[in-house]
Parts: sequence; C-alpha cells; structure tokens
Amino acid sequence: MDNYSLDDIFIRDFDRKTQEIAVETEDLRVFYGDNEAIHGVSLPFERYKITSLIGASGSGKSTFLRSINRMNDNIDGTRVTGKIMYRDVDINSDNVDIYEMRKHIGMVFQRPNPFAKSIYDNITFAPKRFGEHDKQKLDEMVETSLKQAALWDQVKDDLHQSGLSLSGGQAQRLCIARAIAMQPDILLLDEPASALDPISTSTVEETLMTLKDQYTIIIVTHNMQQAARISDYTAFFYSGKALEYDETRKIFTRPKIKATEDYVSGHFG
Amino acid sequence: MNPKQADKLATGVLYTVAGIIIVILASLLGFILFQGLPHVSWHFLTSPASTFEAGGGIGIQLFNSFYLLLLAMVISVPIAIGAGIYLAEYAKKNWITDLIRTSIEILSSLPSVVVGLFGFLVFVLQFKMGFSILSGALALTVFNLPLLTRNVEDSLRQIHFTQREAGLALGLSRWETVVHVVIPEALPGIITGMILGAGRVFGEAAALIYTAGQSAPALDFTNWNPLNIASPLNIFRPAETLAVHIWKINSEGIQPDAAAVSAGASAVLILAVLLFNLVARYAGNRLYKKMTAS
Repeated sequence: MDNYSLDDIFIRDFDRKTQEIAVETEDLRVFYGDNEAIHGVSLPFERYKITSLIGASGSGKSTFLRSINRMNDNIDGTRVTGKIMYRDVDINSDNVDIYEMRKHIGMVFQRPNPFAKSIYDNITFAPKRFGEHDKQKLDEMVETSLKQAALWDQVKDDLHQSGLSLSGGQAQRLCIARAIAMQPDILLLDEPASALDPISTSTVEETLMTLKDQYTIIIVTHNMQQAARISDYTAFFYSGKALEYDETRKIFTRPKIKATEDYVSGHFG
Repeated sequence: MNPKQADKLATGVLYTVAGIIIVILASLLGFILFQGLPHVSWHFLTSPASTFEAGGGIGIQLFNSFYLLLLAMVISVPIAIGAGIYLAEYAKKNWITDLIRTSIEILSSLPSVVVGLFGFLVFVLQFKMGFSILSGALALTVFNLPLLTRNVEDSLRQIHFTQREAGLALGLSRWETVVHVVIPEALPGIITGMILGAGRVFGEAAALIYTAGQSAPALDFTNWNPLNIASPLNIFRPAETLAVHIWKINSEGIQPDAAAVSAGASAVLILAVLLFNLVARYAGNRLYKKMTAS
C-alpha cells in the first residue's frame, strides 16, 4: 500500500472560459497537531456538476471535504492552510464570517442527523434563526425542499411528526432537504449513503442527480459504483493527496495513474 | 456445569441480589410510613413545633424546608447550567479543564457535615450572615452545585456531536447551536437531575445544622415583608428544616411525644422525597416526548 509514488499525479485542466468553477482549493493542507494529514491539495470544482472524492479509508477525502466549509475548525488542534477560493474570496482566511459562508456551502453528513424536532421544524429551524418568519414562505420552503429531496410524498400528511421517527434513508433525505432549504450554492456530502440500505441509497442517488441542475455537489463515497453512476468528475485520494482528478468516465476506464487503476479495479494494496 | 446451567445459576444469583435490595428498600419505606403516617394530620402539618408539651407540629419546618430548597436551587441552577455548558461545549482539553473537573469531583464527594462546618466558618461567622436561611442556602449550594454541574455536563455530552455539526453546517453559531439544538434535547436529563438534586437537598440535615440553624422562630404567615423578622420570606432568620428537626428531636427532644413527632416528620420527609423522584421521572418523560415529537 505504501509503494505508490505521491509525485505521480494527474489533475485535469478546466477551460475556465466555458467551465465555471464554483469553488477551488489551492495547496490545501490540514494538520492535526503537528501531523500533516492533507498534503497540499489543489482541486477546482465545476459548477452544477457532481464531483466524487474516492479513496481508501484514511486517504484524507473526508478531511478534505470537511475543510471546504471549515467544519474542521471545530476540532481542537486542527489547522488548515492554503486557499479555498469561492466567488473570488479566500474563505479560509480569518476575516471570513464562517457562519455566513456555511449558508452558501451546505453539508450533509455520513450519519443522518435530523434534529429532535418535527420534520417541519427541522427544515425551518435555521431559516427562522436567520429572520424568515413569513408562515407562507416557510411552508413553501418546506414543500419545495422536501420535494427536491424526494421525501415530500412520504411525509406530507404529517409534517409534525418527529424527524427522529423516520427511517435511515428518509432521515438522510430530510437532512438533504434541510441543507437545500438554505439554498446553498454548493452541497458537500460526506458518504451520505454509507449507512443506508441499497433501496434508500438509490433513492438518495436519484435525488442528487436531480439536484445538480441547481447545486454544485461534492460527494465523498466509498462506493465506486456510486461514484461511477452519479458523478461527472472523480478525484482519487491516496495518503492525504489527490493523485488523479479527471472525468469520472476516464477514471474508471482509462486511469492515468497506477494507484488509481489498482484502486478502481480492486487490486489495491 | 454446562453453559446453560451456568447461565441459570448466574441469573438466579442476580435475581436474589436484586430481590434483597428491593426487600430492604420496601421494608425501610414500609416501616417508616407505618410508624409515621398515623401521626400525620392536617394539624401536624400546619402547626408550629412545641418544645415541652405534646401536640406540636412541623408546619414551620416544612415551610422552611421548601423555602430553603427553592433558594438553594435559585442560586445553584443557573451556575450549574453555565458551568455545565462551559465544560461540555467550550472547555478545551487542557490542564485547567482537568483541574476544574477534579475539583468538582472532590467537592461532590465532600461529606455534608464538612460542607456544613465550612458554611458555618465562612458564611455564618466570616460573612456575618449568622444562622440564617441565606447561610443555609449557600451551604446547600456548595453541597449541590458539583452534582448539578456534573449532571448538566453529562446530559449535554450525551447529545451526539453530529447534532452540533448539523447546526454548525447550517450556518448557526456555536452558541445558537448549543441553546437551540443541544439544550432542548438534553433538557429531560437536566430536569431529572435537578429534581433528584432537589430531593437530596430537601433531606439534607448535616450541612444545615450549623448554617440555617436549629431553631424555628414563630412565623407570621400574614406578613410578606421580606425584611421583617417574623416574615416567612425573610432570608436572614434562622430556619430549622424538617430534616434538622428530626435529628434534633431524636438527639435532644424532651417533648412527651418526641418519638411520634419524629416518626411523623420522617414519614412526611420520605413522602416528599419520593414525590420528587416520581415527579422527576414523569416530568423527564413528558418533556422528552414533547421535545422530540412536538
């Protein structure tokens, strides 16, 4: 597993005139204490596309993803250096209002984590905190986001039941609805389907496919079929570096790097 | 012995141990209530204690117990919640935090009589508060605060960190996440801990003997001026509580019906503590249902 070179790297180029970049990292490094976990990753993410981050456990893909909306800031002893360019602003600088930034870059986590509130309140809770009190608008918001997350039909008759009473797949779609109710630009998903059964997984995948019309989606996944099915671009992470980044089709059929080839063909390690 | 037999034996032993505990508890409760309840009457619950003749009640002591409890909780609950939030949500893992935690643990294991003597030296003598409800309430705070803080911290910690991440990822600040996501979910546990703490405080005697005092001056229940010495609301008057009263009657009571008064007061005390426990359970369940399925 250690015998792949970290210098052997292929990162695809984007034609910046025709392809709009939603967010881009430049030499992003993450430190846990003195230990560098991510070794300078520079990846652009195209707007309205789904990009998968794949790689073995411990390859740093989740750590990288969580840096993009600075969720790693909450962990003691973690330091992130490098730039994260979003709308021409480096959001990894100290003078950025991270709470405001997170309204634009939403996140869905590995474990479904609905609040112990009703479905309705799960979705309207944050918008209300940010000053939206118009009942009609809130109602619309609930309906739209639940429809987008493909959950509306199953819960519309009882929006006041607890979010905790939903099944795993439904709860995860509620979390997606909650994230998109904020109307973010970018949606980060950290293995959103890893705790779900195959049927729920495919529902979540369908949901994501329809969402990419309006959102830029970056998704960490362990499931290579999933990456192949839903994403436009794929980045392969290995030992804290992005070794290869290309169109998903190419990654899975003609990878340029040996490590990628071994990983996607199951001969890894 | 095969696994099945071993399992049966173990189950049997565990049932026996559990049974012994239940029998002890039940017989204790039964004995105290059986002895005490016949003496409990409306007159007993409302009239003042008498020092020399029979027929005294526990009215003032009962009121003092509740009033002292209320004051102690008013002082300690906000501090406990603040400290608990700090320890669970904000404190970094370093030696200062460790020191605070160790101090809290040591404080919570102090014998209550030591807390009482501390209160006597500091509040009664040093701060010249005398034997008063205020001294008692402060001593009870010292006695109760560590456990309450610990309870708040534990209740908050039980809420999974993914709940906090959910709030933060929506752009809420840490404080908003704590106040609007974490605390509502932890509330049932916090409330239960508060009420159980209240039960402990209600039955506490040793910490109060030297702080709230052992005398219960007559109160005028029509006088609600908190500065008047006869007013029940006055916090500078000495106030013997029910638990202290029981201790005192048994150690130096000279009333002809001392045993009966003591038994009756014990029954009332135990019923009150039992009531606290039941209320804690009920309120905790109700709140949990309300918070999670509202």
